[in-house]
Amino acid sequence: MTAPSACALIQPKEYKSGVKPVWCPGCGDFGVLGSITKALSGLQIRPENAAIISGIGCSSRMPTYLSTYGFHGVHGRALALATGLKVARPDLTVIATGGDGDGFSIGGNHFMHTCRRNPDMTYIVMDNQVYGMTKGQASPTTEPNWEKGKLTPGGTGINPFQPLVIALASGANFIARCSSADSNGTARVIMEAIRHPGFSLVQILSPCVTFRPEQREWKNMLIPAPVVATSDPAQAARRLLTDEGLFTGILYVGNRPAYQPTLEASIDDVAKLDEEFQL
Amino acid sequence: MSDSINNPARTIGSTEELLAYSLALETEAVERFNDLADQMETHHNYEVADLFRKLAKIEGLHIENVNQAATGKQLPSLLAWEFEWDDGESPEGGAMQDAHYLMQPWHAIELAMQGEKRAVAFFRHVAETTSDDKVLKMALELVEEEEEHVALLQQWQERFPKPDDGWDEDLDPPAMLE
Amino acid sequence: MSRRNLSIALTGSGGSGVMTTGNMLLEAAAEAGWYGFMGRSAGPQIRGGEAAALIRVSSQPIESPDDNFDLVLAIDPGSMGRFVAEIPLRTDSLIISDSEGGRRSSSLPDTPAQLLDLPMKKLAKTVKGGRPNMIALGAIAKVIGLAEASIYSILENMLKSKGPDALKASWACVQAGFAAAQDLPTLKGPPITTGSSRERWSFTGNEAAGLGAVRGGIRFVAAYPITPATEVLEWLAGSLPKVGGVLVQAEDELASINQIIGASFGGKPALTATSGPGLALMTESIGLAVCSEVPVVVLDVMRCGPSTGIATKSEQSDLSIALNGLHGDAPHLVLAPTSVTDCVLTTQWAVHLAETLQTAAIVLSDQSLGQTRAIVNRPADIAFMAKRLVPEQFDEVYNRYAVGVTGVSPMSVPGQAGGQYTADGLEHTVAGAPSSLPGDHLAQLEKRERKITAFEYGQHWAELEGRGSTAVITWGSTTGPVREALMRLRETGEHVRLIAMRLLAPERPEEMAAALDGVEQLLVVEQSHSKQFYRYLRAAYDLPADTRVFNRPGPLPFRPYEIIEQLAEWSAQS
Repeated sequence: MTAPSACALIQPKEYKSGVKPVWCPGCGDFGVLGSITKALSGLQIRPENAAIISGIGCSSRMPTYLSTYGFHGVHGRALALATGLKVARPDLTVIATGGDGDGFSIGGNHFMHTCRRNPDMTYIVMDNQVYGMTKGQASPTTEPNWEKGKLTPGGTGINPFQPLVIALASGANFIARCSSADSNGTARVIMEAIRHPGFSLVQILSPCVTFRPEQREWKNMLIPAPVVATSDPAQAARRLLTDEGLFTGILYVGNRPAYQPTLEASIDDVAKLDEEFQL
Repeated sequence: MSDSINNPARTIGSTEELLAYSLALETEAVERFNDLADQMETHHNYEVADLFRKLAKIEGLHIENVNQAATGKQLPSLLAWEFEWDDGESPEGGAMQDAHYLMQPWHAIELAMQGEKRAVAFFRHVAETTSDDKVLKMALELVEEEEEHVALLQQWQERFPKPDDGWDEDLDPPAMLE
Repeated sequence: MSRRNLSIALTGSGGSGVMTTGNMLLEAAAEAGWYGFMGRSAGPQIRGGEAAALIRVSSQPIESPDDNFDLVLAIDPGSMGRFVAEIPLRTDSLIISDSEGGRRSSSLPDTPAQLLDLPMKKLAKTVKGGRPNMIALGAIAKVIGLAEASIYSILENMLKSKGPDALKASWACVQAGFAAAQDLPTLKGPPITTGSSRERWSFTGNEAAGLGAVRGGIRFVAAYPITPATEVLEWLAGSLPKVGGVLVQAEDELASINQIIGASFGGKPALTATSGPGLALMTESIGLAVCSEVPVVVLDVMRCGPSTGIATKSEQSDLSIALNGLHGDAPHLVLAPTSVTDCVLTTQWAVHLAETLQTAAIVLSDQSLGQTRAIVNRPADIAFMAKRLVPEQFDEVYNRYAVGVTGVSPMSVPGQAGGQYTADGLEHTVAGAPSSLPGDHLAQLEKRERKITAFEYGQHWAELEGRGSTAVITWGSTTGPVREALMRLRETGEHVRLIAMRLLAPERPEEMAAALDGVEQLLVVEQSHSKQFYRYLRAAYDLPADTRVFNRPGPLPFRPYEIIEQLAEWSAQS
């Protein structure tokens, strides 16, 4: 990074917009912001050629903090908006960002279908198992016996959503889990996710220090997966169902071709469309 | 994230490489402290914000030192994750999670000091594992330098009483944004 | 004696092929040099239900159903019962039916019309592979005065994929039907002029809207199938790739609207098509397009609501949600085509306006326009193209949402260095950073309102015809019957003005005041049970004190005589 040519390279901090985040100090999302800038720098993607798309939630504020193009849309629809952008502009690097509520609850349908469709984009989910912007309700990934959610006193009592398993079953082409505390390791995984064709899911366990302060312990609980990434969905499924959500790293790398309709015209004049209507 | 005992940093074989590590460490430290200062400003904790800003400035001076030492040398170009730090994170960069919007100067100095201690440990590890005399010499100098920082921070911290339990109590409930 | 125009209904059930027969008849009418259209009405079954093809042909361009039908051909008698209300008859109307054509004890409903029997089923059985609907086609051709031979080329063309045996059998049936109708009375249609012309077109309103979209510059469509909008999508799915565009079948309407916002943000003019239930789902994100100032076009082909309502039939009852369904203060465009042909112009104009003004445009078509196939004069070429204001160079700080004079601020396209910004549904500063400050909110609200209210829309905001102190104001598909009613009155020397609104939002108070200048009596005609259009007019414009409403819900269309009656009743009272 200090080679003589270094001055020509785009440094991570150049991907920051300068708008100061509203996140609580200690929030894991700061680490993820750093990871994204490092990954973009690693790939030397010019800021004008990348677009970060999000919905609603703490982590969905991400686009504002980056110097790329960005879209901060409505709750749950980031993947749909990102799909439209990528299909229309395949030359862009498209990254969707958001949280577990945005992606797996209100946006759950788009999550499944974007995995199925497999557009060449990366989806970064900062999972903190709680709704932060509405004062700490249980989210789809919250454990059933978490009792502090005011709308679910006594716990949700229902099964947590398993995003990586759903992603695998739905057809995502790259599946990884990271810890926001490991900013550099996460940056590497994001870079690989961007590089890999098709739809890449990166779940980042990112503590909510305000509503789930016990998650500060995640950095001591998460461990690198003891095996290398597999391209065998059956093997990946077995691992994802048995690792209790604690293995980090790239867990599945598929080889499905990405969804991208061609955008080449076959006629040179729109007026030719008139012909079919002429008597 | 990985355990430093099971997964020690690799041996450093040249002063260029060591300088690259040193530069990355200080650069990351400047950025972190500035980020933390921004966070504190956003949360109206100006005393600690100023303190972090000051720390960033001091670390900035260290960058200049490293750059001077690197004059005429060709440092290797590494991506963030290609540095093999003890736990994957740069010693002075990984403390973001310890921040709190109600933190007091004592906490901020403590946070900085933990980073400096990790830096000491890192350079000591380099000194212990290198087989290159020049690297050994430079690593020991860096250990000494970082130890000085630790001592300075300790003195600085003594000017502030250790906050009592309950320092993080907020009389207002969290706000609902969206 | 030949008639200037003829209305013919074909009814059948159980897969009897009335729609195919109707299409062939319309083709034959086109070959004969006539104008015309075919609407459709159907029962709720996916296959095998009752169906009616409702056709009107004329020597002149027409866009309204007539007062009643001249001829009904009921392939099986029972099928007609479902459509009694939709097929009004006179005492001199003819019903040709097959007393043995039904499956069970199906019989014709009570009717004032003359009944004639034609054993279509029996005749079809005399031909190997023969079908009663082709007997019917031959019979109608004979009754209305089309040459037998003119049907052959149509069969040849439309049955191409079915092979020579099918063509042979169908042709034999048509000939048999033609022969069998020798003894039936005739209802001669308009004079036949031979030789087809490229100056006449045949298309449905849904195809016309698709064409207008592509002409306007739409290159990205995402949509979820829904009746009666699906044909727009089918046409676009085939046509967009030819011009370098694409249609994505989305997982739901929430995805559709957000995909098009994403594509448009990326610089590609984008559209979705839906119907009422889909529009309801999309409203949150249409507000996003308004707030983030990303141009999109939403085409709503209306059907009877609320809820699933009557999905296959027409109504003008999405007006209120289109005008007022967005939360917050969200100024946007609402437009409506006034005829099948006008679906081209209005959709194209909507694309142009949405792109120029960087906002959302909702186009309200309806089932009766969308699913009607019409033979019309070639639609005029208009110059409306998508043309977005894109910055050519950037200052050190690029303010995407700079307030400016017109309210339209240059919108950068991803890939432009120096133009990076975050489009946001949160209220924002001029630079696009989230803001909860009252000043920013007010400034951006005013910007978004001003850019669409201060714009010069020109003559297309409404179709204004005629003169006089009485006016009829309407919109959308009811324009057709109103226009025909006023034309008939004009022929008797009575002058009534027509105001058919194409641009419903933003409001055009000055233009409306000019259009209403001198009007003492105003009749509002609309197809909505709760008088949505009237309420909108009351809220938005100064109306004459003497204003009346003639409204009813779908699916029954207005017929010209009803409007004449309303006006006559009124003038008799005053």
